Amino acid sequence: MLKFILNNQEVATDLPAGTVLLDFVRYHQHLPGTKIGCREGDCGACTVLVGELADTQVRYRSYTSCLTPLGNVQGKHVVTVEGINMEQLNPIQQAMVDESATQCGFCTPGFVVSLAGFCLSGQKPTTQNAIAAVDGNICRCTGYKSIERAAAKVAQLLAASEGEEPAVFVARHQILPEYFTSIKSRLRALAADSAPNGHVLSGALQFVGGGTDLYVQKHDQMKELAARFLLNQADLKGIVRQENRCVIGGAATVSDLAESGVMQEYFPDFRQFLRLVSSTPIRNMATVAGNFVNASPIGDLTIMFLALNAQLVLSDGHTAREIPLRQFYKGYKLLEKAPQENITAIWFELPAAATRFNFEKVSKRTHLDIASVNSACCLTIQDGFIVTAAVSAGGVGPIPMLLRKASEFVAGKEVSEELIQKALEIAQTEIAPISDARGTETYKRLLLNQLIKAHFLALFPQLNPSELVQ
Amino acid sequence: MKNIDSGNHTKGQSVYLDDIPLVAGTLFGAVFSSPIAHGHIEQLYLSEAAQEPGIVRIFTHQDITGENQIGGIIPDEPLLAEHEVDFCGMPIAFVVATSDEAARAAVKKIKVDIKPLPVITDPRVAHAQDQLIVPARTFRLGDTTRAWEQCEYVFEGTTDTNGQEHLYIETQCAYAIPQENGELKIYSSTQSPTAGQRTAARVLGVPMHQLEVDVIRLGGGFGGKEDQANAWVALCALAAHHLRRPVKYVLHRLEDMAMTGKRHPYSSDFKIGLDKDLKIIAYEADFYQNAGAAADLSPAIMERTLFHTTSTYFIPNVRATAFSCRTHLPPNTAFRGFGGPQAKFVMEAAIATAAEKLGVEACVIQKKNLNQTGDEFPFGQKAVSEARACWHKAEELYDVAKLRQEVEAFNTANILYKKGLALMPVCFGISFTNTSMNQARALVHVYYDGSVRVSTGAVEMGQGVNTKMLQVAAQTLSVSPAKVRVQTTSTNRIANTSPSAASATADLNGKAVQLACQAIVQRLKEVAAQVLQASEAAIELRDEQVLLNGQETDLDWKKLVTAAFLKRVSLSEHSHYATPDVYFDKTTEKGHPFAYHVYGTAITTVTVDCLRGTYQVDAVRVVHDFGLSMNPAVDRGQIEGGIVQGIGWMTLEELLYDTAGRLRSNTLSTYKIPDIYSVPKEIAIEPLQTEQDNLAIFRSKAVGEPPFMYGIGTYFALRNAIKAFNPTSPIAFDAPMTPEKVLLGLYPQAATGTQQVHEQQNLRHVAAS
Repeated sequence: MLKFILNNQEVATDLPAGTVLLDFVRYHQHLPGTKIGCREGDCGACTVLVGELADTQVRYRSYTSCLTPLGNVQGKHVVTVEGINMEQLNPIQQAMVDESATQCGFCTPGFVVSLAGFCLSGQKPTTQNAIAAVDGNICRCTGYKSIERAAAKVAQLLAASEGEEPAVFVARHQILPEYFTSIKSRLRALAADSAPNGHVLSGALQFVGGGTDLYVQKHDQMKELAARFLLNQADLKGIVRQENRCVIGGAATVSDLAESGVMQEYFPDFRQFLRLVSSTPIRNMATVAGNFVNASPIGDLTIMFLALNAQLVLSDGHTAREIPLRQFYKGYKLLEKAPQENITAIWFELPAAATRFNFEKVSKRTHLDIASVNSACCLTIQDGFIVTAAVSAGGVGPIPMLLRKASEFVAGKEVSEELIQKALEIAQTEIAPISDARGTETYKRLLLNQLIKAHFLALFPQLNPSELVQ
Repeated sequence: MKNIDSGNHTKGQSVYLDDIPLVAGTLFGAVFSSPIAHGHIEQLYLSEAAQEPGIVRIFTHQDITGENQIGGIIPDEPLLAEHEVDFCGMPIAFVVATSDEAARAAVKKIKVDIKPLPVITDPRVAHAQDQLIVPARTFRLGDTTRAWEQCEYVFEGTTDTNGQEHLYIETQCAYAIPQENGELKIYSSTQSPTAGQRTAARVLGVPMHQLEVDVIRLGGGFGGKEDQANAWVALCALAAHHLRRPVKYVLHRLEDMAMTGKRHPYSSDFKIGLDKDLKIIAYEADFYQNAGAAADLSPAIMERTLFHTTSTYFIPNVRATAFSCRTHLPPNTAFRGFGGPQAKFVMEAAIATAAEKLGVEACVIQKKNLNQTGDEFPFGQKAVSEARACWHKAEELYDVAKLRQEVEAFNTANILYKKGLALMPVCFGISFTNTSMNQARALVHVYYDGSVRVSTGAVEMGQGVNTKMLQVAAQTLSVSPAKVRVQTTSTNRIANTSPSAASATADLNGKAVQLACQAIVQRLKEVAAQVLQASEAAIELRDEQVLLNGQETDLDWKKLVTAAFLKRVSLSEHSHYATPDVYFDKTTEKGHPFAYHVYGTAITTVTVDCLRGTYQVDAVRVVHDFGLSMNPAVDRGQIEGGIVQGIGWMTLEELLYDTAGRLRSNTLSTYKIPDIYSVPKEIAIEPLQTEQDNLAIFRSKAVGEPPFMYGIGTYFALRNAIKAFNPTSPIAFDAPMTPEKVLLGLYPQAATGTQQVHEQQNLRHVAAS
């Protein structure tokens, strides 16, 4: 029996844990405000909020309910648009109406819910952050300018929110319904009352992390599949520093990574790089480990961690072993992993002060898109000399690649425009891109060169751009 | 006044088709469609699917009780394939089951043997093989063959514009519910209720009066739910007709993208001639429209392309020929602009070619040739033009000279980033070009408590037409908007509707509402005159009060309405409006097809990242000819939305069909429309308010389609930025300008050969992937 709080009501269901939340709220709970646009997490019409206990607060994040198995909301608070409706329009809704930020209206509940998520997020109340909260919502009618104006108004609603628990602030200011203040104690009661992962079927070999790719690729099978849901497993959570290592839990999400203090300390730009990874709701759900296991030749996180030389801890429930990410891929979607193993943790050596990291990604649409080519670069630099180098690239072969030869070539050498040009020639011999919907082979080869140039231009301000782009 | 639906929209309480509570016993349909683009059906295997749990029945063409035909303009499109399939995604069978999941599971068990036939995806190949949907048409003005001699400069070229997926967020859907006497009530997400009704009646072989199509609202349409909504209506109706049970079908996104037609890709040739003062003396264009496998609305779209051949310019000698070419893609269809944007792109490419070859700014040629009142269009109508007024106002208001200097200064100072600027004038004809469609009806009831209900043929799809209908009724009756409700669009209340399309919906239906309300007001005034024992001329209805010689009386709206009822005076009116003065003679290709034109000018600036080939639209600044907007909030939304949709067509949105006719960009993860970060940082809209009368409702000019074409400016601004980085770049006129095309335009030496070769290579490789 799965239990969670849906809006202001505790619900329990015997439906298979692999059932998607979207179908549950629309067709079982008859809450039609959550809309179906694509069922692949790419439009945001089905956005809901998911709240869970984190330290002393309830932490809310937006999810696309089309990719959320019921198993991942066990013991949590699920909020649909119906759950934020008040007698009058709430101030978020009023801002949308005042700015004419709704036309056909089909995407609108998703935008409203995402903005409510922003109000509950505890982020700085800036327009920029409010807009970022709707980066996973697609609107075909308005052209977004009116939505930007509404988002700015929503940010203003929170001007005086600093220091107060978001759920308390929004209830006190009648931005969201009063019942939000009761959720914390109700979630605690629920936690005491139910297992965190719901019913785990024995022998199940389908691991489900965030489900953000599984539910796109295997949508029809997932409902009936015997699955093990990892997202709520406490021992897989967290991103911590252990001596000179950063250790990332197997169920840590991309958003966890963005908010991690360790990552922010060592990689001040990392958060910016992660903004190029999908959208807010997908980052809220998708796990770092899931990105690795998905084995997409173009996985953004995979490319980043290849350059960081991450190590994976795999466990079959009895024995654990370690394997470098760089040895994890045997071929297209082929992993060095037994079916019963899952990634329990990921670690990498925290870099020394002289190490610099950069990530580049070009996709047809800059945000919420899959890369045509992406690349990460991790260099240790001393007096203009490259001591160690690791350049990775995605979209240029059947697996996410470490460009070993090009990396080895530049290591130990002094940086120069000429050196980079030679490295590019070497990189070109290592890759085998194919033409597909994300670009032709010609384009991908050219693009990789450009992205490697971009790495060096970002890391070595002394380089002459005009010599590099000729 | 805000869109009347907006409160419910934000609360998630607006009802779309999939939100209608299910009638007990409802069954669910799903289509099995052709996996290949062209071939003979040799064998269809249904038995395994039929045994799946929950399957009620699987329908094929053999179950059609009427005619297996859904073609609107030309009867060339079967509802369900019989012996031949003509496009990938063509419906072959319709599975009906007790649940949505069961229906789709069974679809996967259906097998078909199809003997493949040659597949054509390129309209020029289709043209070479004489595969035309309708005979070619040519519009002429003056004599181009003689005019070339007078030209100082003559340039020729080729352009391509890709199609565009509508990507309404609500997918196509229909829900048919049996009534007594064999009748059906069909909910549909359609822009064209009557077309759905007519098509289903034809397929079922029943009179139209047996079917009601009712439309609450659409989660987006943009032209994609005009004739393309008919198939789902007909399929659900067919199943409900046989089974006497309610049948519903809501397409999954993948099904929707694979089975429905899109904006037409065009390939075109142009020839342009100018005199030494850069006046355009002659222009010829040949348009090869990729119609897809059936006519759908292609002939009408082709016609509108011809009507917009010369865009916003006056050219004395014109010859334009259009070919609607039959290929093996899903039947392409209406999409905001309806063939107009494709024509405008070719015209702008011709001007850009001349400008680049002559070393002048394109805007010098553009400005010199803008049309003026009295100029003749190639189809005979004389312009009533605001083109120059919009252009001049835009130039001054936004200080184009300064913008240009800023772009130049930026480009001098930066190596890795370049800016580009382009001006885009728009002139777009308003009316259905099929004259007979320019009619509408409205039904207005005043209840005896004074509340009002309005029905029209207009379909609300986000464009705010119901809000405008309500405004017309409230203003004409002089009652508070709160007194008025607008009803769903039902063929039972309003018959023989024209689709909500051509930007003309508010004009046509609004005028009908106005006529109905005026008739009721007239009768009420007569009643008031009797009650107040005064002359009718002294009576005025204002703000729910009856005024006598301008003075308030005891009589208010409610009392007057009650008095009229008691006197047995009709409080209802059904009225009809037909646009005056529009006609067109296809034998001469001359006439006066448009009630009026909408004008405007957009100034677009972009920044290209010359390292990565990515770009940002900095600003689109517009002066737009509103006439006199009756709802600035709604109209501003239409303009902003239109601009961004136009920019999407010109930049990100790339339909990729492989050479086997399969759509490769068939999901939202591979077909990208603008998100909140890809829109212009700034959109400025300044109205051009005009004084003269026009045929628009309340003089508020149509606003649906014209702003879409401002987006074309982005293409040319990007091109200019690329040229700022690499002046010799041989970049082709091949939209959309994806980041790939930008990067290969910046570094053409990296590309293997020309853009055309690249395009074919692209498709070949996609086929292989």
